[in-house]
Amino acid sequence: MTRIPDPTINAVLPLELDNVSYDVGASRIIDGLSTVIGPGSRTIILGANGAGKSVMLRLCHGLIRPTAGAVRWHGADSGQAQRHQAMVFQRPVLLRRSAAANIAYALSLRGVRGAERRRRTAEALEWAGLTALAARPARVLSGGEQQRLALARTWALRPEVLFLDEPSASLDPAATHAIESAIAAIVTDGTKIIMTTHDLGQARRLADDILFLHDGQLIEHAAADTFFAGPQRPEAHAFLDGRLWINPATEN
Amino acid sequence: MADIYEAFLAAFRLILSFDRDLAEIILLSLKVSGIAVLLAALIGLPLGGAVALFRFPGRGALTILLNGLMGLPPVVVGLLVYLILSRAGPLGVLNLLFTPTAMIIAQCVLVTPIVAALSRQVIEDLWTDYEEQLRSLGVTPVRAIGTLIVDGRYSLLTAVLAGFGRAIAEVGAVMIVGGNIDHVTRVMTTAISLETMKGNLSIALGLGIILILLSLSINSAVYVIKDVSQRRLG
Repeated sequence: MTRIPDPTINAVLPLELDNVSYDVGASRIIDGLSTVIGPGSRTIILGANGAGKSVMLRLCHGLIRPTAGAVRWHGADSGQAQRHQAMVFQRPVLLRRSAAANIAYALSLRGVRGAERRRRTAEALEWAGLTALAARPARVLSGGEQQRLALARTWALRPEVLFLDEPSASLDPAATHAIESAIAAIVTDGTKIIMTTHDLGQARRLADDILFLHDGQLIEHAAADTFFAGPQRPEAHAFLDGRLWINPATEN
Repeated sequence: MADIYEAFLAAFRLILSFDRDLAEIILLSLKVSGIAVLLAALIGLPLGGAVALFRFPGRGALTILLNGLMGLPPVVVGLLVYLILSRAGPLGVLNLLFTPTAMIIAQCVLVTPIVAALSRQVIEDLWTDYEEQLRSLGVTPVRAIGTLIVDGRYSLLTAVLAGFGRAIAEVGAVMIVGGNIDHVTRVMTTAISLETMKGNLSIALGLGIILILLSLSINSAVYVIKDVSQRRLG
């Protein structure tokens, strides 16, 4: 296969967040977050609803700019960082055209043309098991098929880093399984996964590396095994035990 | 009551006879308004998209202006185009006054703000749904406008139809810049106006009924096309 990126050459990784904060109005969504995310397979951003996971992902991907601090890519090609990233959203946004045309569109934005584009489109559809639905309007596919198409679209772009924002949050177990298998396949191709979830089971199944967010702050950054064996902080303990943890400050 | 009955009879007779003069008037109406709306769409859709997507100083004012210009009085547009195209005007050398081209220009001026203002709203709403995904894929703003026009085509078609309805129905602008010259610049609305002034109310009403039927059939045709393709393409 020609599409496997060489894992020894990191075009953009590692990714550094340097004291990043993000405010919406008067409220602080992300609070002084610093970390380095290096190559290696799957980093899962874990935390309760409202912990700031999605915002952190958007800051990393460059969809929003931090209010304070900086997001830096340290690889050789970091000036072109955008070209090496892709993102799958919780609710996929598919264009009002056929499944195949949705993939072809993404490729055309990256400057892939003609026969090469057709070949890579067909390849991506086959990879996602969507070849039979190639000509079907993307908007009439089922939720699971739409998310697989969104994954196929990003797979076709061969990103070095793939961000996923709760990609299976609104899917049934069978569709979730299909998405998780697709993510596993993307990992074996050498793509770095950075994914948010509030689903503990999913985090256990997928994570190599855990970033635990609570209330906009990065509480723990640890290898998955270490984190699940015994987290350092009471907030993380509570989350793993399924207890609600409410900060004393925000309680009243 | 008798008048209206007479009018329907006259309309019926007009449609049945369908003489060359009538055909000429209908065709010119369709041609002038059709081309005007086509041009207005070519200008108005990208303009609406640009106002929706780009952030620039005066954007709010431009939005208000576009919305306000939707209600431009046709006679005023006719007058302005008349002044520009008249012999002493800046474009007088083109000798366009009292030609179908002048009528197309006037109607285009009238319709472009309608298409632009309505499509700005449609495209801005779409952009809120699409922005993150498209920016993630690395879209340029210009490319995004094209993509949103294609994806919003069904709603935008309604905006264009609204413009066509305005163009085919207006009389003020085409009367002033066209002059209602028989066999040259006479269209449905100016003919109705003329027949009314001559006291031929039944013929005027007959023409009016044909105009309404025409407008209805165009809208139905577009509706059917839209419906079929929407079911096919989702």
